Amino acid sequence: MNALIIKDLKKDYQSYPGALKGIHLEVDEGDFFALLGPNGAGKTTTIGIITSLVNKTSGFVSLFGFSMDDDPVMVKRFIGVVPQEFNFGFFDRVIDIILNQAGYYGIGRQVAMKRAEFYLTQLGLWDKRYEVSRALSGGMKRRLMIARALIHEPKVLILDEPTAGVDIELRRSMWTFLRDINKQGTTIILTTHYLEEAESLCRGIAIIDQGNIIEHTTIKELLSRLNTETMVLDLKSPLIKAPHILECKTTLLEATTLEITFSKVLSLNDIFLELTKQQIEIVSMRNKANRLEELFVHLIRHDS
Amino acid sequence: MMKSEVNMVGLYTIVRREVTRFCRIWTQTLLPSVVSTILYFIVFGSLIGTRIGKMNDVSYIEYIIPGLVMMSIITNSYMNVASSFFISKFQRNIEEMLVSPLPNVIILWGYVLGGVCRGIIVGVLVTMVSLFFVRLPIGSFTIVLLTAILSSLLFSIAGLINGIVSKKFDDIEIIPTFILTPLIYLGGVFYSIQLLPKFWQKIIYLNPIFYIINVFRFGLLGRSDVEVSTAMWVIISLLIGLYCLAFWLLNKGVGIKT
Repeated sequence: MNALIIKDLKKDYQSYPGALKGIHLEVDEGDFFALLGPNGAGKTTTIGIITSLVNKTSGFVSLFGFSMDDDPVMVKRFIGVVPQEFNFGFFDRVIDIILNQAGYYGIGRQVAMKRAEFYLTQLGLWDKRYEVSRALSGGMKRRLMIARALIHEPKVLILDEPTAGVDIELRRSMWTFLRDINKQGTTIILTTHYLEEAESLCRGIAIIDQGNIIEHTTIKELLSRLNTETMVLDLKSPLIKAPHILECKTTLLEATTLEITFSKVLSLNDIFLELTKQQIEIVSMRNKANRLEELFVHLIRHDS
Repeated sequence: MMKSEVNMVGLYTIVRREVTRFCRIWTQTLLPSVVSTILYFIVFGSLIGTRIGKMNDVSYIEYIIPGLVMMSIITNSYMNVASSFFISKFQRNIEEMLVSPLPNVIILWGYVLGGVCRGIIVGVLVTMVSLFFVRLPIGSFTIVLLTAILSSLLFSIAGLINGIVSKKFDDIEIIPTFILTPLIYLGGVFYSIQLLPKFWQKIIYLNPIFYIINVFRFGLLGRSDVEVSTAMWVIISLLIGLYCLAFWLLNKGVGIKT
């Protein structure tokens, strides 16, 4: 079953007509879905419309078969949203923010308190429950927004750049938490600028640019389209010029750093064999760039 | 859970949050009206009032008490909702409610009842302070209560409209400073209509606060410059009109949705 269906969704702002130019999108139930795009592409507008914060110009949105136009209350029950910017009362205590949010969904305080304890503990905020939100660090505020979005146990969790400005350690712990939530059956829709994040977490993907969906597929299918890969090799001994390695493109970045771009027709074994033949010893190697990032940049450039 | 139960929990949550908010900052919300009213009682009631003598057959300090109590109810109800709603917009935590299944009518009543609570609490505090200066006869407790509730409802809704349409902090100060306060002071808090020249006696009937203060004065002292039924009609008509406007603005998403 589709968790989310969007058909011919359009949004014209007074100052920015054509923010969305009739997009179509489908997200399967239980998917971990990435909605990617450059700044101003229409990601936040799309999320704003799904979460009722932005009025659409035209089009159709439904969640689990319930139309947003005909049954907005039902649709809102399904959604938990973690917005891009902090949007809670700066002077409210953590526990009050969570309990109030539960109240808006009709959850009584006893049940809400149990859930608050569960989610705040999971996200490492239970000890901070009596602190005012403005006293929390940036990472804690992000986690507070996730706890708040989950308090009514939504079927769809929408995260708009949830790890922006979060350090790597915390980002990875948030990924683990989100993977667990997804495994338990919650459909997750994620927008992010960290393409490594999308590649690591998501299965479905849509890329939006200038108000149009330019790709709507799976991460696996998208990555399979990459036909070249670039590796950076750290060499044991310095070289004077870039060596000729099969049909690869080689660039000597520094005397002991070699960049090799090769077609997927070749295997790494072939390349290493040739390097060994030429008595070039490798100390370490890494991907030049995130694979999805390369594709993303290619698609956006091509589209514009 | 039934839809109505869900809505009641939502309504209770908003009202509770509002009451907690103004109680937490009671020195900014509850105390100032009490202090300024004490000053009014001392200056206009005890010091100047004794030289003025009687007004509408009651002592001057008795005469001004209903107006001062009502002034506190009106300004506190209004400012509570206007500032709370605007700050929710400013901090964007209004979105917490907008993404939830709460219907707009519940959001509206949640804020308005929060304003009513503050208005009535301040009204009771100011009335209690006034008892240190004079004994109030209380002509009709029902009218006192009804007027206090209807007025706080009316000005809470007006405050909500102000909060909805405001785009910056200055906007929530303009109406209270340049419209509400003059209407209150010119609405008969400190004087009877009979003291005004004929022309101004007619003009004052355009001021809705004149009706509110007079009907409240009737409830407390048994004296009024207007018919109680006329005043009630004016208050209820305005209440319905402003309620419809506030509801329409919320449904349109004015100031809160793009």
